[in-house]
Amino acid sequence: MALLEVNGLKVHFHTRDGLVKAVDDVSFSVDCGETLAIVGESGSGKSVTCYSLLDLLPKPPAKIEGGSALFDGVDLLTCDSTQMRSFRSNDIAMIFQDPMTSLNPFITIGEQLIEPLIYNPDKSRAQTRSAARLRAIELLDEVGIIDPEKRFDCYPHEFSGGMRQRVMIAMALINEPRLLICDEPTTALDVTIQAQILALIKKLQQKRNVAVIFISHDLGVVAGIADNVIVMCEGTVRETGDTEAIFYRTQNDYTKKLLAAIPEGAKVMPSRVQQDSPMIEVKNLKTYFRDYSKPLAGARSEKRYIKAVDDVSLHIQRGEILGLVGESGSGKSTLGRSILQLAPITEGSVHFSGTEISALSRHQLIPWRRKMQMIFQDPYASLNPRMTVYETLAEPLLYHGLANAKTINHQVQLLMDDVGLARANLRKYPHEFSGGQRQRIAIGRAIATKPELIIADEPVSALDVTIQAQVLDLILDLVERHNLTMLFISHDLSVVRYISDRVIVMNKGVIIETGETEALWASPQQPYTQQLLEAIPLADPKSERARLASAS
Amino acid sequence: MDASIEKIDEAGSSLWQDAWVKLRKNRLAICGLVVLLLLGLVSLLTPWIAPYGYEEQNLILGASPPSAEHWLGTDIFGRDMLTRIMYGGRVSLTVGLIATAVALMIGVLWGATAGFVGGRVDAVMMRLVDILYALPFMIFIVLLMVVFGRNIFLLFFAIGAVEWLTMARIVRGQVMTLRKQEFVEAAYSLGLSQWTIIRRHIIPNTLGPVIVYTTLTIPSVMLLEAFLSFLGLGIQPPQSSWGLLISYGVETMEEFPWLLIFPGLTLSITLFALNFLGDGLRDALDPRTSKD
Repeated sequence: MALLEVNGLKVHFHTRDGLVKAVDDVSFSVDCGETLAIVGESGSGKSVTCYSLLDLLPKPPAKIEGGSALFDGVDLLTCDSTQMRSFRSNDIAMIFQDPMTSLNPFITIGEQLIEPLIYNPDKSRAQTRSAARLRAIELLDEVGIIDPEKRFDCYPHEFSGGMRQRVMIAMALINEPRLLICDEPTTALDVTIQAQILALIKKLQQKRNVAVIFISHDLGVVAGIADNVIVMCEGTVRETGDTEAIFYRTQNDYTKKLLAAIPEGAKVMPSRVQQDSPMIEVKNLKTYFRDYSKPLAGARSEKRYIKAVDDVSLHIQRGEILGLVGESGSGKSTLGRSILQLAPITEGSVHFSGTEISALSRHQLIPWRRKMQMIFQDPYASLNPRMTVYETLAEPLLYHGLANAKTINHQVQLLMDDVGLARANLRKYPHEFSGGQRQRIAIGRAIATKPELIIADEPVSALDVTIQAQVLDLILDLVERHNLTMLFISHDLSVVRYISDRVIVMNKGVIIETGETEALWASPQQPYTQQLLEAIPLADPKSERARLASAS
Repeated sequence: MDASIEKIDEAGSSLWQDAWVKLRKNRLAICGLVVLLLLGLVSLLTPWIAPYGYEEQNLILGASPPSAEHWLGTDIFGRDMLTRIMYGGRVSLTVGLIATAVALMIGVLWGATAGFVGGRVDAVMMRLVDILYALPFMIFIVLLMVVFGRNIFLLFFAIGAVEWLTMARIVRGQVMTLRKQEFVEAAYSLGLSQWTIIRRHIIPNTLGPVIVYTTLTIPSVMLLEAFLSFLGLGIQPPQSSWGLLISYGVETMEEFPWLLIFPGLTLSITLFALNFLGDGLRDALDPRTSKD
């Protein structure tokens, strides 16, 4: 008998809008030393499945309608709250997605780490403060925190995202659980950090022989770490099997669709770059922000700056799709916004078709704004929640005098056709759409003014992989039909490769390397670029396992 | 094709039209609206429909409980309570309306500007608010009264000028979070002017808390007027207002309870109506609440 056996689990949400079957008849089992990956897109029920095991779901609206989850012979779904508390503190641990929000910002990480040791509900296992401290420091060392004794008394904000996730892992392991549930533990992290964290989880698992349930939307990540995979969609299990079978001998259509949606390989569209016809020329651009954080003790208090963009020069040719790649904090978004004059430039110049737009006043810029537009990352934040789709799309047209009262309806309808949304949806508000549809609306707004240049800031990062593929194809299609030039900003190298003619790699505010996409992929010159390219997880279990093994 | 054009005409509707459709379906809110409209109508027509004159005394009768001639009784001077409440409503509703409108206008604009522009402008604007907060508002109003003479509309305005401070703070906080949202940046990149962005993208998104706070401001404004009148700074007897009637009613509440109960009841009904309407409006103006 396996450590955890889930049989016919059903979780329903009784909401005002009716019954939602979040998890519908899901069964799986996982044993010590094994890793089970639950893969699915948002809304597939993968997180709900695991949250219901630890009784972490809000009830109501959630209700467990059936099934059993035998952990070591005890049913987790029916045990009382004392027993559940004991399971939570001693047997089953969880790592959450966002290390920024899963640590309490007001308590030192050491204090948070030893909490489960000191306040163990099982009194016989509770430890004294000094013993707990030693144990915590030992574990911090094991998860790769340098100088753990000193770091023990630091607050979460003094750690980077990757380091916080390491702390979270230490916290999860501190009572030596037998089952570890990881809910998208690397989704919020940069690709190089992700590789490190995955290797760490793998290493710790092998050493302790714990069972791991790994929830992810990313098949590339799953390929390396999982022994078995279940693919979920809309609350049901679509396919289950060992990792090799899922990836190499795929049976289910949905799984095939997921695998096919991963952007792979080079750009399919022929390049439309017009050489020697630069649309945008950026010269020695610097964008600094004042740093108001407390200076280090002893340092003189003088004006300090965060150099978000530090002396960057680049050009974008007419008809080109230029990819801009970098990890978080590399300054890639700030660069995009500086080109559009949305962020204040400290030094340098930006020329648009020969005109120095960085020297224009806000008022003089207005006619230029029509020619350059932006697509934002988060389609939930980039649309005004109190404006209907119609209003959102009509606003730029009316404001720039591109339509009058007579033609506006028709023009807005055409925009909807352009981005592949039904005209009947015009009256709806943004919250009535899915993420992918919202991003289509945002794209429609960006192309409304018939711009020449579009800066797309991570336009597909917030989307599921199948939706991401659709939106990418829409963008490529629009670029061709409307003869657009594009700066495509992304942290996702596969996406950039799929879409760009040329790529710029940025790190810490400076350009590291630039080159034609395929040439750069084939032979990256700079160590940083090599490191980035190597860290991309591929949906190929064999190569991923080999890499994880070598990393740990 | 025709069908789709029809759809578009519908699509032309905006937040406010949608809000009205939703509000009509909210029974409590409509009840509130009807009650308020009725009160307003009665107040407008009071000089013609009031059973007695508001200063018509009947000293022989004195304070009498409700009867067939005087439905709500009479006060110690024998003046008809129903009449006095009706006349009082004219003052109270006007003060509620004008002072709140003043507070709303100044507060929303001030807060939105400070929050949106930010930086030094924000610092200066909000320090001014702090200073006004610290200033005892009584002194402020007395000063206004001394300089401009006693005038009932000036009084309304003065109350509004005191009540906008909290509104400004609420709106500023909202705006500060809103202006960092991507849809505001998107509006910038469309080339919209600052004023258009404030008007179209910022203010509509602050409506929820503003409406709730407005429904709280109206009663506090009415009570403030009563307080000022009680001190002799507001309206003077024989004129009346609900607040004034209530404060006189409190003095004699043991002997003549009806002098307190009836004006109190009227005020309470008004406040209930206001709150139901306010809640309804807040929900109606939030597109995230469902249309049905």
